[in-house]
Amino acid sequence: MAPQGDPILEVRDLVKHFPLTQGIVMKRQIGAIKAVDGVSFDLRRGETLGVVGESGCGKSTLAKLLMALEKPTSGSVKVNGELVDVHKGSNLKRFRRNIQMVMQDPYTSLNPRMTVGDIIGEPYEIHTEVAPKGDRRKKVQDLLEVVGLNPDHINRYPHQFSGGQRQRIGIARGLALQPEIIICDEPVSALDVSIQAQVINLLERLQSEFGLAYIFIAHDLSVVRHISDRVAVMYLGKIVEIGKDTQIYDKPSHPYTQALLSAVPVPNPEGRESRERIILQGDPPSPANPPSGCRFRTRCWKAQEICAVEEPLLQIRPGTDHESACHFAEAHDVVHAS
Amino acid sequence: MSDTLTEQKPKSVKPPKQKKPASLWSDAWYDLRRSKVFIIAAVMIAVLVVMSIIPGLFSSVNAFDPSTCDLTKARQGVSGLHWFGTDNQGCDTYSRVIYGARISIMVGVFSTLVTTLIGGLLGLLAGFYGRWTDTILSRVAEIFFAIPSTLGALLILALVGRDNAGIWTVVLALSVLAWPMVLRIMRAAVMSAKSQDYVLAARALGAGPGRLMSRHILPNAVAPVIVVATMNMGVFIAAEAALSFLGVGIQSPDISWGLMIADARNRFLQAPEALLFPALFLSLTVLAFVMLGDAVRDALDPKLR
Repeated sequence: MAPQGDPILEVRDLVKHFPLTQGIVMKRQIGAIKAVDGVSFDLRRGETLGVVGESGCGKSTLAKLLMALEKPTSGSVKVNGELVDVHKGSNLKRFRRNIQMVMQDPYTSLNPRMTVGDIIGEPYEIHTEVAPKGDRRKKVQDLLEVVGLNPDHINRYPHQFSGGQRQRIGIARGLALQPEIIICDEPVSALDVSIQAQVINLLERLQSEFGLAYIFIAHDLSVVRHISDRVAVMYLGKIVEIGKDTQIYDKPSHPYTQALLSAVPVPNPEGRESRERIILQGDPPSPANPPSGCRFRTRCWKAQEICAVEEPLLQIRPGTDHESACHFAEAHDVVHAS
Repeated sequence: MSDTLTEQKPKSVKPPKQKKPASLWSDAWYDLRRSKVFIIAAVMIAVLVVMSIIPGLFSSVNAFDPSTCDLTKARQGVSGLHWFGTDNQGCDTYSRVIYGARISIMVGVFSTLVTTLIGGLLGLLAGFYGRWTDTILSRVAEIFFAIPSTLGALLILALVGRDNAGIWTVVLALSVLAWPMVLRIMRAAVMSAKSQDYVLAARALGAGPGRLMSRHILPNAVAPVIVVATMNMGVFIAAEAALSFLGVGIQSPDISWGLMIADARNRFLQAPEALLFPALFLSLTVLAFVMLGDAVRDALDPKLR
């Protein structure tokens, strides 16, 4: 099922620094939060790229940058080979038709004062060329049906639905413009487990039905493994390792990925005691003042002098088959090791 | 509970509400109709509004017509003919109290309209655009906020002069000093609505500032402004009476409760009814609007639900 062909989304050296200022009238910049600091990847048609990493590593900022909700400090995003220019309205509007978003919290992402029909129909009001006025109601009802909701509920308000149903409404809104890319920013982390599975299955069904490409941001590694074709691991604003899901999960080569995977809960109590646990020391450094060289070196058990001097590039290392940003990358199966 | 457990398909799960599909506004209206305070306040206000539009319904004497006054009958006590007695000019106090409702209601309504529109619009802009728009608007509002309101209104009306004073100058004086409060409330509500996820989602769809403000932010930010506007109505009516009492507000021959109280204050011991009846109507009117504001706040504030 691994999709081939041209990349639909090309991200190159994307950087977002939030300035830290001091003073009220005369604002001086005294530093910057390096939320996303040089991220590059490709996304192919119909593919799912999972993005994992701990809180504060820049996942959500990355989503906002890809949605052009934040202006990047530098770097470029290309959709279908065309550069996205955040400063040009017409370019941006066309771009928005092609890339949409499913948000994390279904309780805050739907306007409580609008009916479901108005919420899902709003994309058509903004992009009037997609559907003529008379067709819109019908289209909204079709969308409700596609995401597994009752089309008769079109006049209801969000507070009359459950969390899972609300998330389906959010997905329907994302689908309305028939985009090719959907960015899911932790779409299931606010739902309980049984509903999570329903929503994940819905996302997978929609992917095969409409040929969607997903960027799936989450911190639940098992959910990401289930849905993703490829996985990118982020740490402190950078991708530290990227590869096929099997490569990342079975042969992780970056120490951070290995530590992350060793923390995944094991359902089987037998062997739980004997398996390898990598426990990292300390907290992630501040993104305002990241360590020199390799950003992970302050918590890494493999760190040597070179790590503080030379920044490891994201590239295929000897002994591994996928890109990893570690000088001492070495495939090591954490999950199955015992 | 049991039927939701057996139903597995998400499409058939019924929302827990047994009421008909309802917006938050109609939910609020549903709550309001069940509130005793709201019913009492609404009835009182309805009577006052009818009184101010067609005062003839309540009194056979047209108090706007000076020829109905008879100097030979000045300062009479309570009688079957003059229920609240007569004043210094021999005019019927009861009919004057009834006819006085018009100016109070008008001052209340127009001052509220002006302050809500100006304060609301500027607050929306300040909260939505932030940065220097917010800085300029908020600083200007703070300058007005710093003026003590009674003193400020007195000063404005004294500058306008007695000859020009009337209902519109009172509305102006009250509005100039009260709009910053509405701006602050609106700005705060807009800022909290602006950071909501659904606004971000609408931006991701490509919604422009106009749509964001009118469809997403304003409907979610007006509730506190509506509450304050309702309560302000009573406050403005009381302020108008105070200014008229001090002699800078409404001027004779216009009829105002504040003016009537001022006229009657020197003979309070001889004829307390001449002061008490307009004062009673004034208090009841202010009370009605404050009660209405309370009821509206209870219905609109989701935290109390």
